[in-house]
Amino acid sequence: MKKGIFSRNFSLIVTIVLFLLLFTAGSLRYRGFFSAQVFLNLFIDNAYLIIIAVGMTFVLISGGIDISVASVVAFVGMLSAYLLRNGWNPYLVMLLMLLIGSTGGFLMGYIIHYFKIQPFIATLAGQFLYRGACFIISTSSILIDNPVYSTIANYQIKLAPRTYISISVVIALIVVIAGAITAKFSKFGRAVYAVGGNEQSANLMGLPVARIKISVYVLSGFCAALGGIVFSFYTLSGYGLQNIGLEMDAIASSVIGGTLLTGGVGSVVGSMFGVLIQGIIQTIIIFQGNLSSWWTKVAVASLLCLFIVLQRVISANRERIRRRMLNDS
Amino acid sequence: MKKITTNQIFWPLAAFIVLLVYNAFFAKNFFKISILDGHLYGNLIDILKNFAPLALLSIGMTLVIATGGVDISVGSVVAISGAIACSIIDGRLGIFDHSFVAALILALLSGIACGLWNGFLVAKVKIQPMVATLILMTAGRGIAQLITKGKIVTINSAPMMKEYYFLGAGYFLGLPFAFFIVVAVFTIVMILVKRTAFGLFLQSLGTNPKSSRLSGIKVDRIKLVVYTISGLMASIAGILISSNIKGADCNNAGLFIELDAILSVAIGGNSLNGGRFMIPASIVGALFVQCLTTTVYALGVPPEAISLLKAIVILVLCLFQSDSFRQKVFKGTGRWRKGADAA
Repeated sequence: MKKGIFSRNFSLIVTIVLFLLLFTAGSLRYRGFFSAQVFLNLFIDNAYLIIIAVGMTFVLISGGIDISVASVVAFVGMLSAYLLRNGWNPYLVMLLMLLIGSTGGFLMGYIIHYFKIQPFIATLAGQFLYRGACFIISTSSILIDNPVYSTIANYQIKLAPRTYISISVVIALIVVIAGAITAKFSKFGRAVYAVGGNEQSANLMGLPVARIKISVYVLSGFCAALGGIVFSFYTLSGYGLQNIGLEMDAIASSVIGGTLLTGGVGSVVGSMFGVLIQGIIQTIIIFQGNLSSWWTKVAVASLLCLFIVLQRVISANRERIRRRMLNDS
Repeated sequence: MKKITTNQIFWPLAAFIVLLVYNAFFAKNFFKISILDGHLYGNLIDILKNFAPLALLSIGMTLVIATGGVDISVGSVVAISGAIACSIIDGRLGIFDHSFVAALILALLSGIACGLWNGFLVAKVKIQPMVATLILMTAGRGIAQLITKGKIVTINSAPMMKEYYFLGAGYFLGLPFAFFIVVAVFTIVMILVKRTAFGLFLQSLGTNPKSSRLSGIKVDRIKLVVYTISGLMASIAGILISSNIKGADCNNAGLFIELDAILSVAIGGNSLNGGRFMIPASIVGALFVQCLTTTVYALGVPPEAISLLKAIVILVLCLFQSDSFRQKVFKGTGRWRKGADAA
């Protein structure tokens, strides 16, 4: 039994160990790397990606995919910048953004489930739609100079002298904790795993497959919109070409964190560490100083490769054990 | 009538014709073809020239998708092959400097290598196709930057520039040379698919993977070949794109072209879950996507709106191809509800 728990969480453990290894390696190699602030900056710089990755994890566990998230982030930034410039109430704007994200997710989920359109294509349409809508608002970038936004953006929660986190980090951590609890302990979360594992048996078990599949996209849309709001705190502007390819970063984070794209396997905490690992690679490359930023991509890709092969070996092993047990009985 | 509408190529072709008819009424001079500098000139010719890279990619993508896979790395392979070809033409690589033939051969080899890598991961290591190709998609642009040392390579003053430029932007018998490349590649692939044992196996694999494996078809080997073809197509597309702009831009060459290629395949009515496939339908799909882009330019709509139009087109076309949608809209709700409950 003990062994079962270990092997079930094996890829999550590997992810965390790898993160610690990278952090140790960076600390040994570079002066000033080993500090609480460098660690916390990983969260500050990647808060939006963590939030998006949580939503993405649910979609991937359910066996779907959502490639619209990057455009949602861009659209949220663009529309909120536009509305704020026209004097809207900032809290109303945030609420509206979350509503738009969720509604978009609902529509995509609806046509995916009821009209049997492949998730990739339906969310691709969503991606184009949001991206195009950005440019209808404006083709250039819009600054956000709303006092509420800039206060939130610049507010530092002091944890110790010279160490702080931003409000975005708090939001991201709340999302991660809520997501992890939902996935592991709630009825909905368990049902998502069941649908991802085998949709047909989930249906036969009497689970409301339609509602679950649609909810997953609503959740992802909501997280993407929240990530977009956090991202507009981070940049204090909206621009239509923002965050191109972000959806692949979110998917890569989930995969590094142990999520299988075939569905049924994955964890929210793992995805967060997936984001942090990408962040730490970036930090190391900045500390190294003489490497170009595209080395980040090559390093992340090599890691992806490593993790995927590792997962493949694990699941092949498990399959072999299961088959042996079947033969024995 | 039913037989016609159920034919796979009907919907993409109908959409293409609707678009052309629309252009005939609303876009000025869309069908006008004049002769300029000894070759044909006009919007339609432009479409033929610019749809070449997408058409090549959609050929490769159709085969990959038929095996139940997907190749999202093609955009990065486009960047790699363009980077290699332009670096050689410009004489930056240190080997085979300024050699036209070496540039082509090495660029094509790079595509084959990328395809083999993808195929190896999918067929031998048995990684899910999307994840397997995600690796090269992420790394590919970095690799291209390594080749060009992080710079945009322009070949304006290179000795073999004219020959290279001819490939993507030149004219032969009054028509774009790139179009002839598409025709040649299409013919070869169609012969491969329709007239050889490989094609027979591929079709069988697409229709029923399990029974194909049980009847002794080497599924792994076919997948390996299919991904290699996709890589090769991407490298040819990379050559065409880099030749057309006389340079290699690692960040922007072929950006999002994988989405357009998948879109072309989907518009062509091929199921993205694999199964039976039709290459000509995908090519009509690519033609449609390119025609849409050209239409937007011709109408003077801001180019940024293209993505909005594409979104609408995807939704409309996919909904019309979806059986459950058609049943709901055209045949009342009764039967559809029963079907949805059972699923």
